Amino acid sequence: MTKLRFNRKQLCIPYALFLALFVIIPLLVIIYYAFTDGTGAFTIKNLTGFFTNTNTLGTLVYSIAIAVVTTLVCLIIAYPVAYILAKSKFKRKYVLLMLFILPMWINFTLRITALKEILTAIEGNISAYPFLNTVIGMTYDFLPFMILPLYTSLSKLDNSLAEAAADLGANGFTVFIRVTLPLSVPGIISGVTMVLLPSMTNYVVLDMLYNSTYIMGSLIGSYFSAYDWNNGSMISLILLIIIFIVTLATNRFSDDDSSRRTLL
Amino acid sequence: MNKAKKICMAAFLALILAFIYVPILLLALYSFTDATMVGGGISSLSFSNYITLFANEDLRGMIGGTVLLAFGAALLSTILGTLGAIGAFYSKKTARHLINYSNQIPVVNADVVTGFSICVLLIVMLGVEKDTYVPLVIGHTVLCAPFVYLSVMPRLRQMDNNLYEAALDLGATPSQALVKVVIPQLLPGILSGFMLAITLSLDDYFITTYTKPSTFDTISTYVVNATKGSQTEIKTALWALSTLIFIIVVVVVILMNVLSRRKEKEAHDL
Repeated sequence: MTKLRFNRKQLCIPYALFLALFVIIPLLVIIYYAFTDGTGAFTIKNLTGFFTNTNTLGTLVYSIAIAVVTTLVCLIIAYPVAYILAKSKFKRKYVLLMLFILPMWINFTLRITALKEILTAIEGNISAYPFLNTVIGMTYDFLPFMILPLYTSLSKLDNSLAEAAADLGANGFTVFIRVTLPLSVPGIISGVTMVLLPSMTNYVVLDMLYNSTYIMGSLIGSYFSAYDWNNGSMISLILLIIIFIVTLATNRFSDDDSSRRTLL
Repeated sequence: MNKAKKICMAAFLALILAFIYVPILLLALYSFTDATMVGGGISSLSFSNYITLFANEDLRGMIGGTVLLAFGAALLSTILGTLGAIGAFYSKKTARHLINYSNQIPVVNADVVTGFSICVLLIVMLGVEKDTYVPLVIGHTVLCAPFVYLSVMPRLRQMDNNLYEAALDLGATPSQALVKVVIPQLLPGILSGFMLAITLSLDDYFITTYTKPSTFDTISTYVVNATKGSQTEIKTALWALSTLIFIIVVVVVILMNVLSRRKEKEAHDL
């Protein structure tokens, strides 16, 4: 009996090794490179350099601004969409949901190309509105990733709770604020994490829409092109810490069912 | 009142759908013309973009390479992720938690950081040649395998544990029991993990850029380079590519929905 169980357990050895070699060790290597210079000597110059340089600090602030505004815009658009779809008694609402989710499966660079052509036709010179266009581009890219978890969370809500609140005298607005909204927090959190972090790092959207300002991701890209592994690692480490903090802060609200894994 | 509310809701949904689809559909429309800019006048219809797409060696090679990489990485991820999930599921708590947490790292991590860290380890530290495609395939597998793992896990939890034991009692070897009993039970999870792996690999830009050989391009890296260049012919051929991918995605989504609907109905009829 024990031998048989032992056999099944062994199946995870290749994957465990794979994760150790190509997920854990690369992170350790990043930490090592972040705190050494080109010759391999220990230094904290990469760290102090980042926090004393106004350019890199500006990049951090700009990334956060882009990420926060994009996340808010996505949330403001996606919440009503998900709410209407979840509450609708329309028989074919599944088809409607698919329509909102479908762009997710089209390569994002091609979608941004399409958006860029339209923006060019509307605005003429798109480099005149870099911040606006970047937010539009990021929203265009990430909207499905906000709609899906919100829909999953809202459609699972027990309708009788809202009905009970209404029976007890709450009007539609109060029911929404006091009952529906709090219960959909896991969906909001999961949507926010799926939009917030990518929009801090996806510098391709900026490049393609002719926004020459850097975000955190662009810094890694430019250090990569300059073969500056040490500073690149420091930026990666800073991003890792931000990601770790956000994950930790959102974990207690997390809802297993509404993350990226239920996409198919 | 109620009717007005309904119309408002429908209008809102329509507006957002327009935001999503107008760019894609306009690009599709212009891909069938000889126009070089969206929004300009259309002088004549033409299939020249589609002809370029299939005649141009560069474009053909790039599309073939992207698809091959996606299937290769997805296959590798599916094998690793599925076996990893089965093994972890039956492992002791500590081992299972360790694998679960490590598996979660690439899922929450930014792709830029994942790609860069693999590049630093493999290419900078260990000196693996990019031209061997080893860093690229490993990078894509790191991106995809965790999602296979995550889509197989729930199936394992739902599975009746006695089935495996029964197979053994009836004389199957552990590997026979695995292949003939356990894997078929997990198949829906494995398949959806495989599909998810393919779409993730096809959509990736960052891991590819940091690990690819300099002469190799996927759709993402090619499109980004093309927007920086000024070759109009290539630019409009990519409109054709975008349209074809859109059509393929629509067809696949419809097919999968029809299939799952049918299966649901069969289950219901039983």
